[in-house]
Amino acid sequence: MTKSILKLKDISKSFSGVEVLHRVSFDLQPGEVHALLGENGAGKSTLVKVITGYHQPDHGDIYLDDALVQFVDTRDSRQAGIAAIYQELSLFPDLDVAENIFVGRHPQSFGLKVDWRKLYDEAHELLDSLGVTIDLKQKARHLSIAQQQIVEIARAFSINARILIMDEPTSSLTLSEVAELFALVNNLRENGTAIIFISHRLEELFEIADRVTVLRDGNYIATTKSKETSRDDLLRKMVGRTISSQYPKTEAPLGEVVLQVDQLTSEGLFTDISFEVKSGEILGMAGLVGAGRTNVAESIFGIRPATSGKILINGLEVSINSPQQAIGLGLAYVPEDRQQHGLIPAMQITPNISLPKLDDFAKYTWILNKKEKKFAYSAALQMEVRARSIWQLAKELSGGNQQKVVLAKWLSTHPRILILDEPTRGIDVGTKAAVHKLMSDLAADGLAILMISSELPEVIGMSDRIIVMREGFITGHFMRSEATQENVINAATKDVRIENLS
Amino acid sequence: MTVETINKNQQENIISDRQARKSFFSIFLKWEWLLFVLILLVIFINTRLSPFFLNAINLSRTSSDFMEIGLMMLPMVLIIVTGNIDLSVASNMGMSASLMGLMHNMGINIWLAALAGLTLGTLGGVLNGYLVAYVKLPSLVVTLGTFAFFRGIAFGFLGDQAARNYPSQFTFIGQGRVFDTLIPFSVVLFIALALIFGLVLHRTIIGRQLYAIGNNEPAAKYSGVPVEKIKFILFIVSGFISALAGLVLAARFGSTRPDNGTGLELAVITAAVLGGLDINGGKGSMYGATLALVLIGLLRFGMGLLNIQSQVQSMVIGLLLIVSILVPHIGQQIRFLKQVKFRWQSILMTVGLLVVFTAFFIFFFWSRAPIIAQF
Repeated sequence: MTKSILKLKDISKSFSGVEVLHRVSFDLQPGEVHALLGENGAGKSTLVKVITGYHQPDHGDIYLDDALVQFVDTRDSRQAGIAAIYQELSLFPDLDVAENIFVGRHPQSFGLKVDWRKLYDEAHELLDSLGVTIDLKQKARHLSIAQQQIVEIARAFSINARILIMDEPTSSLTLSEVAELFALVNNLRENGTAIIFISHRLEELFEIADRVTVLRDGNYIATTKSKETSRDDLLRKMVGRTISSQYPKTEAPLGEVVLQVDQLTSEGLFTDISFEVKSGEILGMAGLVGAGRTNVAESIFGIRPATSGKILINGLEVSINSPQQAIGLGLAYVPEDRQQHGLIPAMQITPNISLPKLDDFAKYTWILNKKEKKFAYSAALQMEVRARSIWQLAKELSGGNQQKVVLAKWLSTHPRILILDEPTRGIDVGTKAAVHKLMSDLAADGLAILMISSELPEVIGMSDRIIVMREGFITGHFMRSEATQENVINAATKDVRIENLS
Repeated sequence: MTVETINKNQQENIISDRQARKSFFSIFLKWEWLLFVLILLVIFINTRLSPFFLNAINLSRTSSDFMEIGLMMLPMVLIIVTGNIDLSVASNMGMSASLMGLMHNMGINIWLAALAGLTLGTLGGVLNGYLVAYVKLPSLVVTLGTFAFFRGIAFGFLGDQAARNYPSQFTFIGQGRVFDTLIPFSVVLFIALALIFGLVLHRTIIGRQLYAIGNNEPAAKYSGVPVEKIKFILFIVSGFISALAGLVLAARFGSTRPDNGTGLELAVITAAVLGGLDINGGKGSMYGATLALVLIGLLRFGMGLLNIQSQVQSMVIGLLLIVSILVPHIGQQIRFLKQVKFRWQSILMTVGLLVVFTAFFIFFFWSRAPIIAQF
């Protein structure tokens, strides 16, 4: 075994009396990718923030190259060669690639003006050494998310980072972009960079990580070589129990067609989208990020009505021009972006749950507080929202619990048609299983469910039927029995436009 | 729909329906209480400084002086809660009153003229509301435009003339008192409307939706809140109330000039912000805004009795406003200080700024006060 580049010993950290890390140890060797695994709230982010000096540990030591160090703030750790890339990217959208790499540290001539030539030369050299090519004069706002991540990595290396922390770098990447990113990570590993990699996608860890450390509820559980472990083993360590079947899909008896969409078109977004969903059925919608699936869902829900085409509910043609109308027709939409569209983070759980159907808790527009509270309480209990009280602010909850609040909110409208957009993105394994179970139960109760998901195992595991979209067109249609990862990916990436598969 | 407990052993009681218990004293840390204490303080100091302060006739007159600001503040609070602003209220009030004055000068029945004024003010609100809600322009820019536009129309109506000699039935709105008491009619009107607006904001569906819009407009829209419709209606109501305030002002003065009420929009916004409303939307209460209005009114009245120049009065109100924003900031700093590190630089900056402002104010006050006293 080689010497470790970073070593944490018995790190503990509490926030206002609640211990979020309890004697956690961790070590990182040069040239390894070390994955950090755990449910939301397991303490991964806090651990990362301790490493970067954002938080100071209450207890325990940090060793860098076997020397005891103490980081007072993030600047200290950066000087020591530790760089972190977070889920939310922090590029300046109106600066170009080279400027973003050297932002704040532009090479200067005579200390007066920026030496542009040197800037572009150095940026070029840096990207070359990383083995990637991006147009240096491209503005950051025009880059794909994958490219933006590469620029962030390049920025980290322009300050000679030896340790790179990547917090869920793949959560919004397409499959090919993930492959590109992994090629870069492999490249860095060979050059001796140590990488801490955080992801909720277990499959990826086997592909990229050398070792995996599992945390649960702030405790250190185990560190294993990824070759010597299995998916089920890791899951058990994360959750502390065995998850028997990941996708609890039960066959529900199918009823009448509840939602039918006929040749729905919105200029520039999607074309000739036709499908139907029966009561009791889960229709999966697969495709790459940007395939137009969210646009279809939003137009059905009346947020951006389509320019042509028909929507039929229970066989009757309807026109939906606003979410209020959609709610009135028995539709509910759990959006992709929880923070921006799903929740009002600065409000409490109760008003968040009651918002879409305030009429139910009011008499002549007058809100009946007791009725509202009683309802919100039972909805939160039923969804097993983990919080101190239903008067806690939504923004204080973990991602999984926020999603439960959003689900409680929409189920309170008693919908007949439920549209779920990436229902399990960025939430922990336990909540994920709960959401899948819920979907299955709801379908059994006769709801028609349209589920958009970029996670192939989820789409294949949960859907009765699957439609695949690419660049605004439907490019594939599979029954549950015939869907495999291969043929769904093929449809999601194929260029031929096949219309009206039914 | 049932979700079986997946993780029974981890938590028994997962959520409570109770509000977090607050300590007895934390209730008094609310901004509204601070305003209340400040009001008591101002009353106490003023009664010591001037024998005319606790005079019922004086108080009655000074309270009616603030009713136009108060009226316009009511819809303004709702608008600010949604994260918008209406800068055109005072210009709208001048425009509506000027139309009424012009019609009165032409010999038209005063109530018909008043109705025309109210209609015009409401139409002004329709224009603002349409541009903000449906054309989706920022309210700050839209109402900055109509702020100038409406005032221009007011001058178009009356030019350099004034309208006078309103009948006494009309001037009752601004000057009259209810049932032979000392309570001005306009104060009763304000209290009635304030109750209605307060209840709408804090107790009804629309009020809840206003806070939702102010906190996260896209999420409110995705949750079925009719965002556009609500904004449209808010600006229309604001237009109507501005016109109503214009009538009250005209009735109180017994005359109308096209520059009536110039600059009042700033007094309205000052009261709302001092009352604890967040200019970015989503926070604050009608209760706080009303208390701030009373505080400003009593301060100005008290300073007026002491013959303090109106510019100096404005400075005091301005200082109060800055302090009102600083206090929660300092509170945060202190909490921050306990938790992490000693950030004495920022405390020093804050205190330093306050000292400079206060020194400047005292210098100004002492150097001018004797001169004022001579007049």
